[in-house]
Amino acid sequence: MKEYKTINEVSGPLIFVEKTEPVGYNELVYIKLEDGTTKRGQVLDTSKDIVVVQVFEGTGGLNRSCGVRFTGETIKLPVSIDLLGRILSGSGDPLDGGPRIVPEDRIDIGGAAMNPYARKPPEDFIQTGISTIDGMNTLVRGQKLPIFSGSGLPHNDIALQIARQAKVPGSEEAFAVVFAGMGITNEEAQTFMQDFERTGALERAVVFLNLADDPAVERLITPRLALTAAEYLAYEHDMHVLVVLTDLTNYAEALRQMGAAREEVPGRRGYPGYMYTDFSTIYERAGVIKGRKGSVTQFPILSMPGDDITHPIPDLSGYITEGQIVVSRDLHRKGIYPPINVLPSLSRLMNSGIGAGKTRDDHKAVSDQMYAAYAEGNDLRGLVAIVGKEALSERDRKFLEFADMFEDQFVRQGKDEDRSIETTLEIGWNLLAELSEAQLTRIDSETIAKYHPAHRAK
Amino acid sequence: MEVKGTIYRIAGPVVTVIDVPTKMYDVVKIGNEGLMGEVIGIEGDKSTIQVYEDTSGIAPGEPVENTGMPLSVELGPGLLESIYDGIQRPLPVLMEKMKSDFIERGVTAPGLDRAREWEFTPVATIGTEVKGGDIIGTVPETHIEHKIMVPPNVSGVVDDIKSGSFKVTDCVCTLADGTELTLMQKWPVRAPRPSRKKLMPNIPLITGQRILDGLFPLAKGGTAAIPGPFGSGKTVTQQQLAKWSDTEIVVYIGCGERGNEMADVLNEFPELADPKTGKPLMERTVLIANTSNMPVAAREASVYTGITIAEYYRDMGYDVSLMADSTSRWAEAMREISSRLEEMPGEEGYPAYLSARLSEFYERAGRVDTLSGLTGSVTVIGAVSPPGGDFSEPVTQNTLRIVKVFWALDSKLSQKRHFPSINWLESYSLYTDLLSDWYNEQVSPEWLQLRGEAMEILQKESELQEIVQLVGSDALPEDQQLTMEVARMLREIFLQQNAFHPVDTFCTMEHQYRLIKAILKYSDMANNALESGIPLEDIISVKSKDDLSKVKFEKELDKELDKVLATMNEEFETMREAVK
Ligand SMILES: Nc1ncnc2c1ncn2[C@@H]1O[C@H](COP(=O)(O)OP(=O)(O)OP(=O)(O)O)[C@@H](O)[C@H]1O
Ligand SMILES: [Mg+2]
Repeated sequence: MKEYKTINEVSGPLIFVEKTEPVGYNELVYIKLEDGTTKRGQVLDTSKDIVVVQVFEGTGGLNRSCGVRFTGETIKLPVSIDLLGRILSGSGDPLDGGPRIVPEDRIDIGGAAMNPYARKPPEDFIQTGISTIDGMNTLVRGQKLPIFSGSGLPHNDIALQIARQAKVPGSEEAFAVVFAGMGITNEEAQTFMQDFERTGALERAVVFLNLADDPAVERLITPRLALTAAEYLAYEHDMHVLVVLTDLTNYAEALRQMGAAREEVPGRRGYPGYMYTDFSTIYERAGVIKGRKGSVTQFPILSMPGDDITHPIPDLSGYITEGQIVVSRDLHRKGIYPPINVLPSLSRLMNSGIGAGKTRDDHKAVSDQMYAAYAEGNDLRGLVAIVGKEALSERDRKFLEFADMFEDQFVRQGKDEDRSIETTLEIGWNLLAELSEAQLTRIDSETIAKYHPAHRAK
Repeated sequence: MEVKGTIYRIAGPVVTVIDVPTKMYDVVKIGNEGLMGEVIGIEGDKSTIQVYEDTSGIAPGEPVENTGMPLSVELGPGLLESIYDGIQRPLPVLMEKMKSDFIERGVTAPGLDRAREWEFTPVATIGTEVKGGDIIGTVPETHIEHKIMVPPNVSGVVDDIKSGSFKVTDCVCTLADGTELTLMQKWPVRAPRPSRKKLMPNIPLITGQRILDGLFPLAKGGTAAIPGPFGSGKTVTQQQLAKWSDTEIVVYIGCGERGNEMADVLNEFPELADPKTGKPLMERTVLIANTSNMPVAAREASVYTGITIAEYYRDMGYDVSLMADSTSRWAEAMREISSRLEEMPGEEGYPAYLSARLSEFYERAGRVDTLSGLTGSVTVIGAVSPPGGDFSEPVTQNTLRIVKVFWALDSKLSQKRHFPSINWLESYSLYTDLLSDWYNEQVSPEWLQLRGEAMEILQKESELQEIVQLVGSDALPEDQQLTMEVARMLREIFLQQNAFHPVDTFCTMEHQYRLIKAILKYSDMANNALESGIPLEDIISVKSKDDLSKVKFEKELDKELDKVLATMNEEFETMREAVK
């Protein structure tokens, strides 16, 4: 491989190399520093005159006399089943003191788009043991369902609880967790690792860590490495893989930083105009393929800057993912864990994962009714603040009470409390039984007769 | 005519080539693998190409070939039941040829199956004079009869015409000047197919969706936009339209959206029956799936591919509806390519020609006299995904300047699980006047008045709501409380419609009429009762009112509704007796 000493310019994370032989777009690049260390980069723009390279480990220490080698191939992840149990850096090097991975294969991390015709619509219910998710925003295998959170909220605890408890009831199939930390603090990383070790989950996990003090550009490849590992385990080893990506906000910041360095015309709030497309190349890698046993389910976490759901990061994510779980500061302040606000939350694949033969025939009706009742009770809270409880009709007061009980009994649960779907629905029915039957307009009479506590008691 | 040059520069989907003469929109093959691209700019001896496939690994100096042809689609039997990517490559064929479940690159596949044979029955005879658009014969494509037409720019006298089994590329008809006509023709996607004359859109597109047909109707050949924040119901609404609209052909474009949604359609449509013909919905559908993670340049092309196919079926005299989910992703593809070209950006980074492209696209909708004198239509329904749900952004605003129907999705409604979350105060249809004759004749002369009353009650409710927010509902006078109650019924019974309920998912015009009439009948009786001194409490707790909220889920809607109305009469009668 020819080494060029023709760096013309270094600017932020980018270097500009001149007088090269033809270099391929997206190629992996090695840059040798004077002190002998090597950095990696990727070609962003290539022409006969100049090649633009983004450097993953940052351009610190680089100068014009560094040597640049073009590898002639795109970035690849060495994969093998031995990835399980390993902790790797944000660019795929071992961090756990273990040996390098002896590859069974080397896979392009870019991840080609899945042929829509090859997709199998996701429909297998995953029980997370959390009522607000299982009962009202059901997760299914192959879905991408992010947590929209804010700084200081317990999204990590929720993610860990899900990673610990997630299962498909009655299924013994192999599963694995792939975890990618992007720009998370050392402390957060340790919390995750300790929990993985405590519960023995590490054995079935692959961890990629790009920490807050690691170079930002590296964050652009970390999720892609993780997803490449996940796809390998899912499609070559028939595993059901749950991918936890945290925190996408840090990823987006890195993307913005790169865009600025390339002097691109910025889109909303300075984020690149192609951020939607870029996000989709991460999120769309969830799925199930016809005729293959494994699946990739994504649970990305992102913190909404200023708790603003219309901020481009949550907004563009929401346009791609199949719903969202919204963590609420209000509920958190009320001391409720997990502080999931079901109203703005949504699982779009819920309908295909629930019902008779999957969860239970009353699931949909219970969920719809609780949504309606909680939404109504929640609206009334605003009114009560102005006119007082006395001005409410009897009917309205019932709904107001329902909202409080809902938060206290259905939403609130322990960090290690693993509720079965039956338990979740039971709690739901007990709450609904506090309303009069005429108000249960979203549940048909047969279902009421079958499941309503008042009828069953007889 | 193939001319060769070389690649000069590669930056993502945009590639600059030199030493090859090009015209705008020529299709060009790039690099050793021959990736498909299209010329979108020319400067000196350099041409800029947008490439429809991933460009990783392609290097400067690799060869370039100009085909000299504009980006075109193949039109002929076999379009129906197909699923294509943005440049009309059949996805099942790609899967087979690539031997992969993922989209690899450098594989081409013709839009129409070359091996399949079709039964051609001629209608033209030797010696007839034919011109562009004339029908020379038919092929049973599915239950839909595919009409084989003379391409728009061809005419002459039929010298020979065959009958029997043919492949799409076989000659079935020869004109006197030697021109051979096949079952298939090609058309450049960026040029509208010609028609004789545009007609007034005065027939509604019946969708079976109450809020649409009832309050904000769309006309066949009309245009509509559905803007809304994420998760507010754009896709579900579009899919409902694809399923239940009374058109003969549906073209559904998944433009930069989710792969799973397309898989869902593929899964569901063969199972569902067209309410009009009873045949599987798939038999009338063409799907175009260029998901968000597939190349952006092909996403840009996908809407043109779709609308050209739609126009082709229109030319056969069919009513076609086209759904594009989402036009915002198309606009973003334009923006991305424009920014790679370092063009001067307009608003929010979108190119200055955004507005022009949008209007050109929607102008291809319409009800027309076709070249052969038939009547056909293309109805276009575009989803719009405004960032942050803010309708003031450029794509929504430019779209609203063109389209005639605005179905405004509202996340406040979707969060309350009021579906479809179409805001009845913000939405509008500019076709209501044009369509009034149809409703008078086909539904009932009463219809427009009932519709007006319902809208008035809903309007009134929103005014009262403001007062309630300040003083609570008990402080309202009783007649206004009753208005609020009737408005609630209109919302919950008429406006809300569950797309996932086997019965409720589709509601005939007749049933829409009966439901709205029943609610307003309750309103009348309740108001009279209130005047005659019956307590409000009693009026709003009649059993028939609760029952009315459930009839829409009943298979035997008519029978159940008759029962409810009878009970309602009795209940009010009893109350009147009691106060006497
Ligand atoms: N008519 C309806 N009946 C029942 N549920 C509905 C209806 N419309 C929407 N929903 C619910 O809302 C969810 C979101 O709808 P949809 O996927 O159409 O949103 P969208 O506007 O297309 O979002 P995005 O912009 O992210 O694609 C659906 O998964 C479904 O649960
Ligand atoms: Mg959608």
